[in-house]
Amino acid sequence: MTEFLQQLVNGLALGAVYALIALGYTMVYGVLRFINFAHSEVFMAGAFAGYFLARLIPTGSVVGGLLVLAGAMLICALLGVLIEKLAYRPLRGRSTLTALITAIGVSLLLQNLGQRIFGPNPRSFPVLFPLHYFHLGGVVLSSAQLILFAVTAVLLLGLRHVVMKTRIGTAMRALSFNPVAASLVGINNDRVISFTFALGSALAAAGGILYASSYPSIDPLMGTLPGLKAFVAAVLGGIGNIPGAALGGVVLGLVETLVVALGGSTYRDAVAFAVLILILLFRPNGLLGRLQTEKV
Amino acid sequence: MKLPRAQWLLLAALLVSAAVSYFSPAYNPYFLDIALTCAINVTLAVSLNLINGYTGQFSLGHAGFMAIGAYAAALLTTSFGATLLPLLAGQAWLLFLLALAAGGLLAALAGLVVGAPSLRLRGDYLAIVTLGFGEIIRVILQNIDSVGGSRGMIGIPGYTTLFWACGLAAVAVYCVWALVHSTYGRGFIAVADNEIAAEAMGINATRYKIAAFVVGAFFAGLAGGVYAHLKQYIAPQGFGFDKSIEIVVFVILGGMGNTAGVIAAALLLTLLTESLRQFGDYRMIVYSLLIIVLMILRPQGLFRWGRG
Repeated sequence: MTEFLQQLVNGLALGAVYALIALGYTMVYGVLRFINFAHSEVFMAGAFAGYFLARLIPTGSVVGGLLVLAGAMLICALLGVLIEKLAYRPLRGRSTLTALITAIGVSLLLQNLGQRIFGPNPRSFPVLFPLHYFHLGGVVLSSAQLILFAVTAVLLLGLRHVVMKTRIGTAMRALSFNPVAASLVGINNDRVISFTFALGSALAAAGGILYASSYPSIDPLMGTLPGLKAFVAAVLGGIGNIPGAALGGVVLGLVETLVVALGGSTYRDAVAFAVLILILLFRPNGLLGRLQTEKV
Repeated sequence: MKLPRAQWLLLAALLVSAAVSYFSPAYNPYFLDIALTCAINVTLAVSLNLINGYTGQFSLGHAGFMAIGAYAAALLTTSFGATLLPLLAGQAWLLFLLALAAGGLLAALAGLVVGAPSLRLRGDYLAIVTLGFGEIIRVILQNIDSVGGSRGMIGIPGYTTLFWACGLAAVAVYCVWALVHSTYGRGFIAVADNEIAAEAMGINATRYKIAAFVVGAFFAGLAGGVYAHLKQYIAPQGFGFDKSIEIVVFVILGGMGNTAGVIAAALLLTLLTESLRQFGDYRMIVYSLLIIVLMILRPQGLFRWGRG
């Protein structure tokens, strides 16, 4: 039983990271209707930003760690806006496939720039937060995991507030509902899209740092698999649906950890996709996605 | 009169590749290797074009079909080659043909399995399921020890010649072209243009989608078999997401559903990656920048003018 609880905690921790990345995929999909494949590289950039910021900012305390986190989120928000401005904005109004291939190009570009600048070898990620282990009736909880849960919870609640309560969040929802009508009522679509990229990229950066704190080794290709799985999580929850992405991430993290605990660690990377295929066969629009009736 | 001319062209292409292949020992092995890679990439691009281009589905798992064909064919020639060869009167080409066919058919079967979800899934959902399928194939292959696991499979006989690679490319181009331009094949384009309208016209969209997956996967499987017997070494990592993306880029840069354009894009990008080798580490940076710039400047594909 304690073993199961322990795996549950580990699975939730992994799921929280997937959820943070998945939110970026799903929000961009919501406003632009395309899969931003470069998002997994923003996640990688977030981890590297944290790595270098940790040299400037004294870490080891909660405040220092949070400062690094905030700095990396800011850097990645700028990176996200920059990517959108340079690569995706010239394609506005063209087919989503064009944007998809461009996104793949951006993803390849960032991976290879990363390998060129940072070198291909893995680096060990510094300890950002003071490390403690808490024993709760046989279940071991590390301070890194606690911070991961706390940060994720705060970010998710903050995101909910932004999307549901603020003017720009309302504009985001309007845009994802109907872009033409949104611009008719005076919403500046370009600004909302930039904001969406900034928000999603900041969350990916937070995911990158939390992931690197739990699996303390970073390299320029680290984004690919977590990125793909987070994308799976977004689709699992119903792409374009914000609570769905969070739910999908948690489900995926739990299932993956449980399969590894049951001895299937070599099949770890296939689990996410097997779960996805099973769920989509029964719910073709994801867990929380609404079935869209096609109009003729 | 269209079809007979196409058949003449196919015959001519086969004869030319046989003739060119006959003198292949005299060629520079480096250029020979590039030519073979070009032919394999053309086969892959044309077969994916049937699914993504003509039928308008979005498959991101083409490397998975290629992997199935490669492993099945390689397994047949390495593990069963010694037993089968005497039965085939010692003719290696018969064994190779048999292995390729087995790989192609197995890949086609996988295409049937993957095509089935396309009954219910559309667009991005279908894309992610095919992507997942490709990844699952890769992970399963990594876990099968008898085919080398993640170490890969070695000692595959080098049966592939220029004739096999170019011949396959010619057959694939002909089959896809002839299929789409037949009366039956107009259905593929109808499904891509407007599925509901096609259904209203009495076209069984589901059957067309599955047919596209089965035929596309079959040729990808054949290409995989030829690839395995060219490189003489295959590993699951070689058939990952990156490979699928590479094939999708051929199709999109060539212009979806434009056979000539897709062939040209496959050739161009294969040669481009080779010629960029002189840039060393900057090769992939230049390659990815080119993709971005090309998509911004020519989103309809490099080789599509007029109707787009």
